This record gives sequence, structure tokens and C-alpha cells, in this order.
Amino acid sequence: MASADSILVVEDIVKRFETPDGVLTAVDHVSFDVAPGEFLAVIGPSGCGKSTLFNVIGGLLDGYDGRVSVAGETVSGPHPSIGMIFQEESTFPWRTVIDNVAFPLEIAGMGKSERYDKARHFVGLVGLDGFERRYPSELSGGMRQRVSMARTLASEPKILLMDEPFAALDEQTRLLLGDKVLQIQQDLKQTTLLITHNLTEAVQLSDRILVMTYRPGKTKRIVDIKLPRPRTSEIVGSDAFGHYVAQIWNDLREEASKGLKDDEQRVARAGAVRK
Amino acid sequence: MSAQWLRRNDVIPVLFGIACLLAFFVLIEILVASGKINPFIVPKPSEIVTSFGRIIADENVLSRFFVTCGEALAASLMLAVTGIGLGVLLHRLRLLRLATETWVAAMASAPLVLMYPLFLVLFGRSVWTVIMIGFVAALPPVVLKTLEGLSGTRAVLINVGRSFNLTPSQLYWKILFPSALPTIFVGVRLGMIFALINIVGVEFLINFGGLGQLVNELSERYDLPGTFAAICFVILVSVVFFMATERIERWLRPGT
Ligand SMILES: Nc1ncnc2c1ncn2[C@@H]1O[C@H](COP(=O)(O)OP(=O)(O)OP(=O)(O)O)[C@@H](O)[C@H]1O
Ligand SMILES: [Mg+2]
Repeated sequence: MASADSILVVEDIVKRFETPDGVLTAVDHVSFDVAPGEFLAVIGPSGCGKSTLFNVIGGLLDGYDGRVSVAGETVSGPHPSIGMIFQEESTFPWRTVIDNVAFPLEIAGMGKSERYDKARHFVGLVGLDGFERRYPSELSGGMRQRVSMARTLASEPKILLMDEPFAALDEQTRLLLGDKVLQIQQDLKQTTLLITHNLTEAVQLSDRILVMTYRPGKTKRIVDIKLPRPRTSEIVGSDAFGHYVAQIWNDLREEASKGLKDDEQRVARAGAVRK
Repeated sequence: MSAQWLRRNDVIPVLFGIACLLAFFVLIEILVASGKINPFIVPKPSEIVTSFGRIIADENVLSRFFVTCGEALAASLMLAVTGIGLGVLLHRLRLLRLATETWVAAMASAPLVLMYPLFLVLFGRSVWTVIMIGFVAALPPVVLKTLEGLSGTRAVLINVGRSFNLTPSQLYWKILFPSALPTIFVGVRLGMIFALINIVGVEFLINFGGLGQLVNELSERYDLPGTFAAICFVILVSVVFFMATERIERWLRPGT
């Protein structure tokens, strides 16, 4: 892979946590790179270390081995070129939609009218026109997640990092928001790294998919998705789509069942201790 | 318009509340009149109502009301500034927090009002004794709730701030503080209640100042209806403060 023109390079990341049961390797020698404008998905079963990887790349975690670099520059701490959208609900409940979205612009010291104009643009981009003056408590979960998305987009990051942004949503909303992401990606030529455990979502949106193994989280395979762009959620019904899903599910099933077995064993062990 | 107003759901509970209160007074009235309750312990509600005019005219109750209000307001302002400030300090200095949190919590339940002789020595028999006791007694809940609010800020919100490269002070003022504000408000409210209780208590004990002193005097004179009427004014102070904080809160914390 031509890492010379890659905007994000992740090399040999190893992250271990000290736990009461000993050292847990959450991410184990994961490497990949992302070209400008590319959409890469990282997929893996629950608990395989995806959020850990996300926090390492975003500069929110330290004490790891390996290297993350953005446009050739090694990252230590949060990097201004990286924008993050988090797995959990992360809107500011004390700010209206427009003030949430204008937050990064306010921090950057932009004047009031200018930042509202710009924020309004991004509110429109995620399809929330008319909700500018509402508070997050007055919105649905999907709308709030779009507010978080608009807020991060408003900071115009070179690289967008998303950690299961739609995990808490139902399947229909997820597909429709996927359309929004596709459209935004197309309009902004946004370099994106999406972390997910949802197969449909990964195939629907990505140029490439990195499949992670279950504990320790290693790279199992990287799959090129050669579906035509521009795409919409309609692609979900196509044969080619089904083919990719089946192929990746093969890899994923193995890992997911390891995860399940692990959980079952833990439950059994806990039960034995209690007896 | 008025029909619409009447139909609003929040009118019924208010009316029901007032009706319950009236029913309670009527019950007491009957019990006292029939001799089931000793009239030398509890006066008839009707006598309390008729003594309002008397204590307003003869006992200067309105100016006393404002004295007590003023003392409570001064204590509350000092409380808000110092209490929130100390809470922030404890939150920032981990060692200090671990060292003192239990003491502060223990202080919250201590009857500090009994330390009034010390305050008399420090501040003399002046409004400052009253204000300072109210202030000190009410400090713990404000400090503790501020601390609780700040440390309860969701990690993901802090991460959002960090991902936008906020400076530590921006992180504090733009994220931690607004997120803690609802809890801080609970603390300030609790503190105001503590302050008012202690202020009226000290006025009563040292026989100085506003409504507390009046309650003291009237009860010494065995003017029971007057005593109860004066207590009604104490309740009024509490209601005024409660409503004021509610207003301020709605203004400071939109969206919740
Ligand atoms: N701060 C931490 N201390 C100890 N262990 C941790 C910590 N953070 C994560 N882990 C462990 O690391 C592993 C990977 O966690 P991570 O949150 O990265 O998983 P994930 O792939 O994002 O899962 P999900 O899909 O459920 O969000 C888990 O076993 C978790 O228990
Ligand atoms: Mg996760």
C-alpha cells in the first residue's frame, strides 16, 4: 500500500490494560493506512478492542506501543486534523442544537454571526433544519446523534473518526443515516474511519473493511469493497452486496462465536465460584 | 382564554393543595373549639389569621421580614460564591478532597447553630453573627454538591472537549461547569434552606434581629396566635427564596 500519500497511518498498535485478572491485550499489532477521501471501516465483535483503537488514534489514550501519524506527523494527544464522533450520546444538554454545532467554532474564536451561519449549514447537512433552537432533550436519539455528527463536521476535520455512531439506533434509522453519511462523504470528500460491529453498515458505506479478531484484537483481513459510488441504501438489496456480506460474515462469525464462548465461560466460572 | 387557563393540568393540583390546607385548618379549628386540643398550646387558626393585622401594625413585622430576608440573601450570596469556589478547589486538588471530604460531610449534620457563643465573641451582637452562622452552617451541602456535580460529568463529554483541543480552563468553563450546574443548584437550594433555618434559629437564641426575635418575644409573652402568625412570615421568607431560586435556575439552565 502506498503509505506515501496516506493521510492517516496506523502502525503496529499494541494496547494493554492492567486488570484485576492480569494484563489484558485489547489491541494487538494492528496496522493500516487510509488514503485521502477514503472510507475505511473497522469491524469486529463486541469487546474486541475497537473503541480502544478509536481512542488511541484520536489521541485520548496513551501508554500504547506503535505509532499513529497524520500526514506524516506522529500524533501525541488529540490532533486538530482528527474529528471524533463517539459511541455514547455526547450532545451538550445545556446547549441548543445550533449552539452544540457551533461549539468547535466558538472554541476556535470565530465571531458570532459567522459561526452561526456556518453551524446552520452543517445542521442542514444532517437534515435538522428547523430544529436549531431545540434542546437535545427535545430530540430523538437518532436526531441527537446527528447533532453530534454535525458538531464534529463543523470543525471541518481532515479525518473523521466515528465509533459506532449508529449503534443505539434501530435498523431503518441506521440505513437512512447511512445515506446521510454517504451523501456527506460524497459532498465533502471526507476521509473517514468508521468503527462498527454492524456488517450491513460497513459494506454499505466503505471502500475497504478491516476485520478484527476477538481478543486480542488483531487484523484478520482487509477486504476491498468494489461497489459503485455514488451509493444509497438501495444497494443493500443487490447481489454484489449480499456476496460481500456473506464473505465477511464468514470471517466475523468465527470471531464473534469466540467472544460468545468467552462470555459463557466467564458466566460459568462466576457461577462455580458462587456455589 | 380563561377557560383554557382553567383547563390547564397544573391548576387542578394547585387548587387541590390549597383545598387540603384549608381542610386541615378547619379540622384544627374544630378540634381546638371542641377542646380536643388544648387552646393554650395550639391557638385557633382563625385567631392566627385575625392576629395578622395586629402584628403588622404593632410589631413591625414587615421590617423584620425584610431584615430576615436581607440576612438570608447576604448569607446565600456568600454561600454561592464561597461554597461553589471551595467545591471547585476540592475537585481540582485531589489530595485535599480525599483528606477533607468526610469531614465536610460530617459537618453537614452538625448543629452548628449551637456554636453561637463563639460567633458572638467574633462578631458581637450584630447582624453579622446571624449572617455568618447561617453561612457557615449551610456551606457543607453547597461544597459537597458542587464536588459531586463536577466529578459526575460524563467522561464522553470531557472526551468531546479533549477531541476539540480545549485548554484545561476551557474544559472547565465550557463543559465541566455547565454539566455540573444542575447538581450545584440542588446544593445551593439546600444551602439556602439550611441558612434560613439557622438564621431564624440564631435570631431566636440571641434575641436579636428579625422574625426569629419576634417569635421569641411573642412566645415569651404567651401571645400564641401572634407567635404562629410570625411563624407564617418565616414560611413566607422560605417561599420567596424558593421561588426566586426556581426562577434563576430556569434562566441559567435552559433545556432541562
Ligand atoms: N480502561 C480500561 N481498563 C481495563 N480494561 C479495559 C479498559 N477499556 C477497555 N478495556 C477492555 O478492553 C477490551 C476492549 O474494549 P473496547 O471498549 O475497545 O471494545 P469494543 O470493541 O469497542 O466493544 P463494543 O463493540 O462493545 O463497544 C474489553 O475487554 C474491555 O473490557
Ligand atoms: Mg466500543
